[in-house]
Amino acid sequence: MKNKRAEPYDRLTHPLVREDGVLRRASWEEALDRAAEGFRRNVEAHGPNAFAMLSCARSTNEMNYVAQKFTRAVIGTNNVDSCNRTCHAPSVAGLSAVFGSGGGTSSYQEVEDTDVIIMWGSAARNAHPIFFQHVLKGIHNGARMFAVDPRRTGTAQWADLWLGLNVGTDIPLAHAIAREIIHAGLHNTTFIERATTGFEEFRRCVEPWTLEVAERVTGVPASAIRELAHAYARADRAQLCWTLGITEHHNATDNVRALINLALLTGHVGRYGSGLSPLRGQNNVQGGGDMGAIPNRLPGFQEILDPAIRAKFEGAWNTRIQPRHGLNLTQMLEAMGEGEVTACYIIGENPVQSEADSLACIKRLGMLDHLVVQDIFLTKTARMADVVLPATAAWCETEGTFTNSERRVQRVRRALEPPGEARDDIWILCELARRLGHDWHYDGAEEVWNELRSLSPVHAGMTYARLEEHQGIQWPCPSEDSLEPPFLHGRLWETDPVKRGMPAPFAVLEHSPPVDELDEEFPLRLTTGRRLDSYNTGVQSSGFASPLRRGETIEVCPEDALRLGLTAGEEVRISSRRGSVVAPVYIDPALRPGLVFMTFHFPDEVDTNALTIEATCPIAGTAEFKAAAVRIDKLTAPVSEELVPAKAG
Amino acid sequence: MTIPLRPPRRLVDITVDGEEVRVAEGTTILDACGDSGPCSGKKDIPTLCYGDTLTPKNACRVCMVEVEGSRTLVPACSRRVEQGMVISTDSERVRHSRKLVLELLGSSTDLSTTPRAEEWMERYGADPARFGPDAATVEQPPKVDNDLYVRDYGKCIMCYKCVDACGEQWQNTFAIAVAGRGFDSHISTEFDAPLTDSACVYCGNCVEVCPTGALSFKTEFDMRAAGTWDESRQTQTTTICAYCGVGCNVTLHVQDNEIVKVTSPHDNPVTHGNLCIKGRFGFQHVQNVPTGQKD
Repeated sequence: MKNKRAEPYDRLTHPLVREDGVLRRASWEEALDRAAEGFRRNVEAHGPNAFAMLSCARSTNEMNYVAQKFTRAVIGTNNVDSCNRTCHAPSVAGLSAVFGSGGGTSSYQEVEDTDVIIMWGSAARNAHPIFFQHVLKGIHNGARMFAVDPRRTGTAQWADLWLGLNVGTDIPLAHAIAREIIHAGLHNTTFIERATTGFEEFRRCVEPWTLEVAERVTGVPASAIRELAHAYARADRAQLCWTLGITEHHNATDNVRALINLALLTGHVGRYGSGLSPLRGQNNVQGGGDMGAIPNRLPGFQEILDPAIRAKFEGAWNTRIQPRHGLNLTQMLEAMGEGEVTACYIIGENPVQSEADSLACIKRLGMLDHLVVQDIFLTKTARMADVVLPATAAWCETEGTFTNSERRVQRVRRALEPPGEARDDIWILCELARRLGHDWHYDGAEEVWNELRSLSPVHAGMTYARLEEHQGIQWPCPSEDSLEPPFLHGRLWETDPVKRGMPAPFAVLEHSPPVDELDEEFPLRLTTGRRLDSYNTGVQSSGFASPLRRGETIEVCPEDALRLGLTAGEEVRISSRRGSVVAPVYIDPALRPGLVFMTFHFPDEVDTNALTIEATCPIAGTAEFKAAAVRIDKLTAPVSEELVPAKAG
Repeated sequence: MTIPLRPPRRLVDITVDGEEVRVAEGTTILDACGDSGPCSGKKDIPTLCYGDTLTPKNACRVCMVEVEGSRTLVPACSRRVEQGMVISTDSERVRHSRKLVLELLGSSTDLSTTPRAEEWMERYGADPARFGPDAATVEQPPKVDNDLYVRDYGKCIMCYKCVDACGEQWQNTFAIAVAGRGFDSHISTEFDAPLTDSACVYCGNCVEVCPTGALSFKTEFDMRAAGTWDESRQTQTTTICAYCGVGCNVTLHVQDNEIVKVTSPHDNPVTHGNLCIKGRFGFQHVQNVPTGQKD
């Protein structure tokens, strides 16, 4: 096996502007003027909705607040989104549709104190190792753990039972579990009557999914489905955790609703130890959404269509907010292709390498009149920009806060001086705002945070001093005098209907198999994910010398390797209906026949997202990274790098 | 719907160095004598194998105290207080025991990077050289088999903390265990393989708990070798990890504007002092600066 190590990226140390087609060094003054002038030109020519902002899920809450305020108050559009879209937007959409709030309902500590843990589509052992330590505590404390995943992952190795379902059959499996619970009389009728709506329709919709039918569709033995159903329904407390195995599908919000249905059916929500936990993939992807860096919500996850809420923000910001949802990331990219979005401001994101069907993404970004990229590296996306602004690394060069997967807002502190001329994101945004006629100034992140606290009730009680004192505080925190319970939606258990509030609706869902169908030409199911020591497009993780890193591979099971005549380390061509790449073979007994696996950590060597499909969830806009149809061909002669057609850049 | 609380603990009366105090039942002697305990005056009981995130192993015997009525000295880190217990933390017998323990440790292992070892040696009048130049030692070359951390077992006092952190108590990777018997017992991977051929996942949670510097960041090891390691010039800043959404707290140890080591607060509700390979070692990307452009 070749021990490939990607060239680490160097930090950006000064601004760049494009001249005669190439990026050259520029002063801050020139770069900011150019950036602002391009935004003004496009907004004047095509209106504010020709502008799109991609905010950064790895930057602070404070930066995200200012970035969405820039979008709404300076430009005047709601076209702001983040890479949240490529991962957990369906979790937010599903949870907020049912409970009115898009956060996970439980705390890490609760998973240690629960009786049954279901890890659904979550390779947390490798992707969220420290969360998994809490799961291991739970297991050592006596909890039973079930792993639902097409691959026998590191998580599955710790499970009492592994349910290895076929990719994209999560809804049939969830429906069969629900039907089994109902037929065994194990559903929580008191909770259902008191706190939910739509149970009868739900019962009818799951009725066809007998254990036998589900076994045929999902590939999971009926006895295993039954065992999980009974264990979950009988448990005093149970946690249902999921990651991108649920959300990176074309019907992802439905997948999330299917899991929420199970919690509603059994009353496993709104109590200590019982809840629903989506594990977030980036250090502040929860916070980015909470701060309003999404097209449909204002800071504090407040509904943009509500006139009273808009009026509050309009008053505070002295502006008019469009009474409609903006474009999400997926729609922005489409609108670029249509010529409707002509100027784009990307902060700390690398869509050229992180989006499904990356070739289409490059083409669309190429059609923009004006692209500004603000990053700490000259990423593939930054190389396409008209202006590149060097930023500080949020987590260690700025002050501020991040919000984690258990809704805990924690302080980020400056430990290092930024290199060269790199400047703080908030300073850059304010300088651009000033050039566009808004004289903004913030004396540090705390001033931004206090402005946010004055507008967002769920953050109101979180002063910096309290965040320090409590090692972070979980939202909601409406008062400076008290702390709320660590779990959400306890109201659903109130006997008084007024206190109970809006009931939680069951969802009636249909099974919809992956869009990229398997056939004779593309007979293998490719699914993608992370490895322990690497991270997303590898821009960060390529910087350190991990002894575990072995570069991109196509992982196949021993049976398929034998059938296709593949040996470990052999380079093969992997093709989908959209593109093709070359990668070495890695034989992994944790996979099943017909299922192959790749990461997306090494896009400069192997652009996995040339293979994936941009079939997106209509509600949340997340693409189906988890299910592409591919073929593996042996190479007749060694390929040189130039012959790889899907290489980006 | 509320959070279940632990049952209340009774208070017991104990005497520490002649002072009567009340502490909660189940408290260890070490905690009762610690900074947050009720005793007036700092007791400052030395510890090596004790870890605030680990179950006491009673391996190093340096925290021994005298309990009236007990035939032997007892380890303060694990013995829990009982009603009426009379404890001496600094009696002649205690001081003599600590002196001998430090002499035995100091003669066989390199304690040069063990925080406070020198101070304790002086306090208890320990003279590790008194066993003569032929005293057995665990001296051996450091194991440098990867770019992230170094195992220098000439500094290992066999406290077992790394084994517990790697094993069931935290990481559950079980890459290391105790091999051999008696003086030859040592910490080893399976079949003594290099780390790169072991089950190690490079979380560095063993480095986090190591009390002697036997396990250290490669950066620290190299800087010590070059004579540039200087803790008086280092700052420690706790922030949040740059990677996934779990929100681990990382404490960045910075010298000359470079991250030289990463730890995590042991009392943090997210990490309890533990990190993964990315949080512990994945910081280099922020300091990959083109040469000549640092400022």
